[in-house]
Amino acid sequence: MSTTNHLIRGARILGGDPQDIRITDGLIAEIGANLEARDGEQEIAAEGLIALPGLVDLHTHLREPGREDAETVLTGTKAAAKGGFTAVHAMANTFPVADTAGVVEQVWRLGRESGYCDVQPIGAVTVGLEGKQLAELGAMADSAAQVRVFSDDGKCVDDAVIMRRALEYVKAFGGVIAQHAQEPRLTEGAQMNEGVVSGELGLAGWPAVAEESIIARDVLLAAHVGSRLHVCHLSTAGSVEIIRWAKGKGWDVTAEVTPHHLLLTDELVRSYDAVYKVNPPLRTEADVLALREALADGTIDIVATDHAPHPAEDKQCEWSAAAMGMVGLETALSVVQSAMVDTGLMGWAEVAQRMSAKPAAISGIPGHGRPVSVGEPANLVLFDDQYRGAVNPDSFATRSRNTPYRGMDLPGRVVATFLRGEAKVLDGELV
Amino acid sequence: MKRHLISTADLTREDALLILDTAEQMAQVSTRSVKKLPTLRGRTVVNLFFEDSTRTRTSFEVAEKRLSADVINFSAKGSSVSKGESLKDTALTLQAMGADAVVIRHSASGAPKLLADSDWLHGSVVNAGDGTHEHPTQALLDAFTMRSHLNPGVGHDLVGRRVTIVGDVLHSRVARSNVHLLHTLGAEVTLVAPPTLMPFGVETWPCQTSYDLDAALTKADAVMMLRVQRERMNAAYFPTQREYTRRYGLDARRLALLPQHALVMHPGPMVRGMEIESSIADSDRAVIVEQVANGVSVRMAVLYLLLGGSEPAITTSSANTSEENGK
Repeated sequence: MSTTNHLIRGARILGGDPQDIRITDGLIAEIGANLEARDGEQEIAAEGLIALPGLVDLHTHLREPGREDAETVLTGTKAAAKGGFTAVHAMANTFPVADTAGVVEQVWRLGRESGYCDVQPIGAVTVGLEGKQLAELGAMADSAAQVRVFSDDGKCVDDAVIMRRALEYVKAFGGVIAQHAQEPRLTEGAQMNEGVVSGELGLAGWPAVAEESIIARDVLLAAHVGSRLHVCHLSTAGSVEIIRWAKGKGWDVTAEVTPHHLLLTDELVRSYDAVYKVNPPLRTEADVLALREALADGTIDIVATDHAPHPAEDKQCEWSAAAMGMVGLETALSVVQSAMVDTGLMGWAEVAQRMSAKPAAISGIPGHGRPVSVGEPANLVLFDDQYRGAVNPDSFATRSRNTPYRGMDLPGRVVATFLRGEAKVLDGELV
Repeated sequence: MKRHLISTADLTREDALLILDTAEQMAQVSTRSVKKLPTLRGRTVVNLFFEDSTRTRTSFEVAEKRLSADVINFSAKGSSVSKGESLKDTALTLQAMGADAVVIRHSASGAPKLLADSDWLHGSVVNAGDGTHEHPTQALLDAFTMRSHLNPGVGHDLVGRRVTIVGDVLHSRVARSNVHLLHTLGAEVTLVAPPTLMPFGVETWPCQTSYDLDAALTKADAVMMLRVQRERMNAAYFPTQREYTRRYGLDARRLALLPQHALVMHPGPMVRGMEIESSIADSDRAVIVEQVANGVSVRMAVLYLLLGGSEPAITTSSANTSEENGK
C-alpha cells in the first residue's frame, strides 16, 4: 500500500489528554507525546480536536440500485466520510431489492469502487420485502458481500411465523435480524406520531403501541428460539422499557436510536413541512428524554443514522404525499454531541462505543470499531467539538437535501476522516 | 387581519368579530335587486379545488362574483397526491397568471398552510377545507348563524352560549375549526362522539367532551350534527349504521330534549337517516339552509378583508358602517 503516512499532532483520543498519533502503512504505529516526524510523513495539526475510531453506521440508505436520483453509493459514501464514518451498512430496500446474492454483491462492489468508506450490504429478510417468503439468506451470507445483517427495513416482518423462522435460520451463519418494528394494521395511512399534535393537525396517527407491540413480540420470539435480534430506530419511551426488560432477562437483543429521535419532536410537524416526515415518526419530548437516558445507560446499544435521502420533489409537496426519511450522515456526530455530550449524559468514550465499537460488533464487520491503539487499523475521525455553526445543506456531499437541521446551530464539525490510514476528509473537505 | 386564512386558531376575538360584522354588511347586499359590489374589480381570485365540493366552491364563486372579482375555477382533483402535476407547479402557474387570492380545497391536511408559507405564490391563501384539519369559513358561517339567533347585533360575541357538536369529530375539519373559533368568541363547546371517533388528545382542546348525547342536549343553545360516512363502520369505528343512529343520531325524542330556542345545524352534506332524522332536517328548528346563505356573506367578508379591505365594504352605506371601520 503506497498511502501517505501521517503524523497527527495533539489529538485528544476519546477526549483525553493531547497525544500524537503516527499512522504508518494504514495502521496506528505509535501513540505518544511529541513524536518525531519522519521523512515523507504528512503532519496533521489536530491540537484540541477529539480523536475517535472511525464511525460505523448500521443503518444507511444508499438508494443504489434504483433511486440514483436520490443517492448513489458514491455520493452516499462521500457523505459518510464527511460525517466521520469509515463503514456503512447499506439497507436492502433498493430497486431491485437486495434479496439475492447478485444484488448484494453489486452494492458491495460499488462500495469498493467508491473508496470513501467501506460498504457492507444488508440483505432483505423476505423476497421483495413482501414479508411472505424468506429470501435466500444463506446465498447472501456466502456471497462475496458476506452478509450477516438482514432487514426488511422500511417494512416490518409482521408475520410472526416468518419472523420466527428468520431468527432461527440465520443462526447457521451467525446472522442477525434487524427489525423495523411497525404493526402494519395499526399504522395504515399513518402520517405522524399519534398524540396531541396529530389530533390538532388532522393527520393520521402512528401510535407508539404499533412499535412497542412488535418489539414485545420479537424479544419473546428471540428468547424462545435462542436467536439474536436487533431492533432498528427505537422511537418511544415504551420501546425502551421493553428492551430494558428483555436485556434484564439476559436475552440477546440490541437496539438502535437515530440522531433525529434524540433531538427533534413532533411539535415540528405543525409547520406541515415534509422535511420532518420520517418513519418511525418524530415523537414527544418525553420520548426524546427516555431515548437519551437509555442510550446513556446502555439499554440502547448504538446510534444509527437511518440516512434516507429523497429528491426535492418528494419533499416539497403535501405532507401526506411526501416520502418519509431524512438525510443524517453528515450531521450525526454533531447531533449526538448536542443531545448527549453537551447535556452531560455521555463522554466521548461512550460516543465511540455507541457509534463505532458496538455497531461493528453487532454486524461483525472486520477491521472497524477497533480501539484507537497501536497496531489497529487507522480508521479515525478528528472532530472539532468547539465549533459552532449553522447547518448548510448546500455543503453536503449527499445527493439529497432533506435535512431537518437546515439553518440550525449545531455543535462540532468533522475535520478529518482516515480509512486504513488514507485521508478521505481533511479540513472538513473530501480529499 | 392576517394575509391568509388558514386556521381559526389564528383569529383573535377582534379578527373574528370584524369578519362577522363585515359579513352583516355583505348580507345586506344579498337582499338588493343588484347583488353586486365593485370592491374587487380587477382582482383575480382562483378557486383551486383538489377535491370535489360543489357546494363550497359554488358558495365561494358567488361571493367572489358579488364582489366583482375575476373568478377562475381550477379543478385539479387528485393531481398531486396521485403524482400528476405537483402542488408547487400548480401554485407557480397560478402566480404567473397573477392570482391575487387562492381559495384552496385539498384532501391533504396542511396543503393550504404549505401554500401560504411557500414562496411559490404571493397572493392571499384561503383554506376552503384541508383534509381532516380545518374549514375556517365553515366555522365562521356557523358562528355568524348562531350569533344572528342567539345574540344578534354588531360587535356581539357568543359568550356563555352552549354549543354541542356531534358525530365524527376525528375526521371533521368543521369540528376543529369550530372549537377554536367558538372558544375565541366565548362559547362553551361540547363534543359528542363515540370514543372511537374522538381525536387523540382531545382533552387538551378548549372544550368539553362526552360520549352521551342525551346529557349534552338539555342545556344546548345549538346542536351541530356532523356528517358520518357509512364507510367508517367498515374500519370498525362503530358496529352498524343502526347502532350509530340509535346512540348518536338526532331524532324526534332527542329534539324534545333540546331547549325551545336551540338551533339545529348541519354543515352539509347531510346523510339523512344516519346522523339526522329527515323530518328534523326539514323542521323549523333547523337553520341548515340559512347556514348556506350565510356562507356567501361570510366568504365575501373574508375575501374583502384579506384583499386589503381598508375602506368600508359598502361605500354608500350608513353611519353604522363607518363606525365599524373606526374600531
